[in-house]
Amino acid sequence: MSSELTRMTAAELSAALSSKEVSATEVTQAHLDRIAAVDGRVHAFLHVAADRALAQAKVIDAERQQGTVRSPLAGVPIAVKDVFTTTGMPTTCGSRILEGWHPPYDATITTRLKQAGAIIVGKTNMDEFAMGSSTENSAYGPSHNPWNLDKIPGGSSGGSAAAVAAYEAPLAIGTDTGGSIRQPAAVCGIVGTKPTYGGSSRYGVVAFASSLDTPGPFGRTVLDAALLHETISGHDPCDSTSIDAPVPPVVAAAREADVSGMRIGVVTELSGEGYQPGVLSRFAEAVELLEQLGAKVTEVSCPHFKYALPAYYLIAPSECSSNLARFDAMRYGLRTGDDGTRDAEEVMALTREAGFGAEVKRRIILGTYALSSGYYDAYYGKAQQVRTLIIRDFDAAFGQVDVLVSPSTPTTAFGIGERADDPMAMYLADLCTIPSDLAGNAAISVPCGLAPEDGLPVGLQVMAPVLADDRLYRVAAAAEAAFTGRWGHPLLAEAKGL
Amino acid sequence: MSITREEVAHLARLARISLTPAELDHLAPQLDQIITSVAQVQEVAADGIPPTSHATGVTNVFRDDVPVPCLTPEQALDQAPAVEQQRFKVPRILGED
Repeated sequence: MSSELTRMTAAELSAALSSKEVSATEVTQAHLDRIAAVDGRVHAFLHVAADRALAQAKVIDAERQQGTVRSPLAGVPIAVKDVFTTTGMPTTCGSRILEGWHPPYDATITTRLKQAGAIIVGKTNMDEFAMGSSTENSAYGPSHNPWNLDKIPGGSSGGSAAAVAAYEAPLAIGTDTGGSIRQPAAVCGIVGTKPTYGGSSRYGVVAFASSLDTPGPFGRTVLDAALLHETISGHDPCDSTSIDAPVPPVVAAAREADVSGMRIGVVTELSGEGYQPGVLSRFAEAVELLEQLGAKVTEVSCPHFKYALPAYYLIAPSECSSNLARFDAMRYGLRTGDDGTRDAEEVMALTREAGFGAEVKRRIILGTYALSSGYYDAYYGKAQQVRTLIIRDFDAAFGQVDVLVSPSTPTTAFGIGERADDPMAMYLADLCTIPSDLAGNAAISVPCGLAPEDGLPVGLQVMAPVLADDRLYRVAAAAEAAFTGRWGHPLLAEAKGL
Repeated sequence: MSITREEVAHLARLARISLTPAELDHLAPQLDQIITSVAQVQEVAADGIPPTSHATGVTNVFRDDVPVPCLTPEQALDQAPAVEQQRFKVPRILGED
C-alpha cells in the first residue's frame, strides 16, 4: 500500500483522501518512507521535516473527521524549494551564508500551502541563490536525476524536480528566473510551469533577480501542476509587483485538454544548431501530434530571441549584485573573521568570500561591472532595450497565434561535472526558457518522449501571453493525454535510475 | 580583452568580496569570456528603443498606511550573529582616528 500511495498523483490522492480510503497520516508516512529509502541517492532534500509533516497530517485528518476540508490539496504532500522562507524549518538557498538560518516569517506561498492543508515534507536542494541549471552550485552537493543518477536533474529548482520524479512527493514548488522550473521539469520528465510574472507572490522568496523571479508548480501530470498553480496564485498585498487580477482558470483548462482550432506557432529561432538531434525529433513529433489533435500549426519568427541569453546574463546578474548586498554579516546569516581587530567592511568582505560559491561571486561581479558608471549604458541599458525588443517579438507573434511552442531545453540532462567549470556552456541550458522570463509571460514544460540517443526525457515548451496561463494547460494536457495513450503509460514509468 | 584581472579585483572590492589571488586568476578570464559574449546586445539595441526594467508595467503601488503587527525585538534578533542590549552587535564601522 505504501509504495502505491507514492505512485499516485496529487489528484488521485485528493480523491482517495476525500473518500477516506486513506488518511493524510498514511499518505505522509508513505512519502517520508520513500524519502528515507531513496534520498540518500537522489539528494533532492536539504531538510526533511518529518515530525512537522506528520503533526500537520494529523491536524488535517482530524479536520476531515469533523467534515472540514480546506482545499483539494488538503493532506497532499509537497516539497518546497529552499528559497522560500518557512518558519520552524531552515532556509539556506543552497548557500553557506545562510547555513542554519531559521527565517522569522513564512513566504506568502508557504502560508497559502499551509492554509490549503498541503503537507510540507521538506525543503529541496537548489543551485545557490537559484543561480544555475544543474544544482551543482549548491553548497551542499548536487541532486541526482532519477532517470540516471550520474546526470544532473536540472536547476536551479533541481531538488524539487528530482523529488517529484523520484516519487518522494507528488508536488513541489520552485522558482523560475531564467528557466529554473521548466528546464529541470524537462530533464526529469515531469511537468513544470512558470506562471505569468506577478501571478504568484514573491513575498518571502529570497530575491535573486526581482524583475524575473517567478514561483511556480511541479507535478507528474498537467492536472496536478494546475491544481498547485491555482492554490499558490492570486494577488498578494505584500508583493507590490503582484498582479491584482483573477487567477486564470488553469484547472478547468487542464481538464478540458482540447486544442481543436487553436493556433500554435513554432518558434523558428528556437531550433537548429546546438540542439540535440533527439530533442528536435521528439519536438517535431509533438508538433505533428498537436496538428493531429486539431490545432492549426504555423511557423513564427521571433528575430530577437537570439539576444535573449546575452540580455539575461546582464539583467539577472545586475539585479543579483544589488539583491545579494543584503548578505552583509551584520543582522543574520554567516559572520566570519570578527576577531575584534577588523572593521565591519573587512568582516563583510571575508564573510562574503567564505559564504558565497563561485557562480554567485561571478554573477555579483558581472552585475557590479554592468551597473558601474561608464559601462551602464553599454551593458545594462542595452540589455533593457533588448528586453523591449523581445517583448515586441512576443506581441507580434501572439497577434498571429494563441500559443508558441519550442523544445524546453536544447539538450537532455548532461552529466554531473560535465559543464561545472564552463559557465557559458552551463548558461546555454536556459536558451529556450529565457525569452518568457524577460517578457514576463507564462510558459510550461510537459514531457514529449525520450531522446533516442540517450533514452533521457525531452520537454515540450508551450508559451502563452501574460495572464493567459490557462492556454498552457489546455495544450499541455491535450499533448499529455495523446502521448500517454500512444506510450500506454506515463513517461516516468520508464525511468530506471532508482 | 574586455576586462583585466585588476578590474576584476577592483569590482570584487566594490562588491565586498575578498577574493583570493587564485580565485582572481580563475575568475578574470571567465568574466572576460562572458562579457565578450553578452556584449552582443549592443548589435541590436539601437537608439530610440525604450528600456524595459520590468515586464508588468505596474508603477507606484500604494496601500493604506495602517499599522499591523510586526516582528518582536526577540524575533528580529533571534538569528543575529551577535547581540548586545537588545541590539545587533557589529564590528566597528569607523576608523580609529
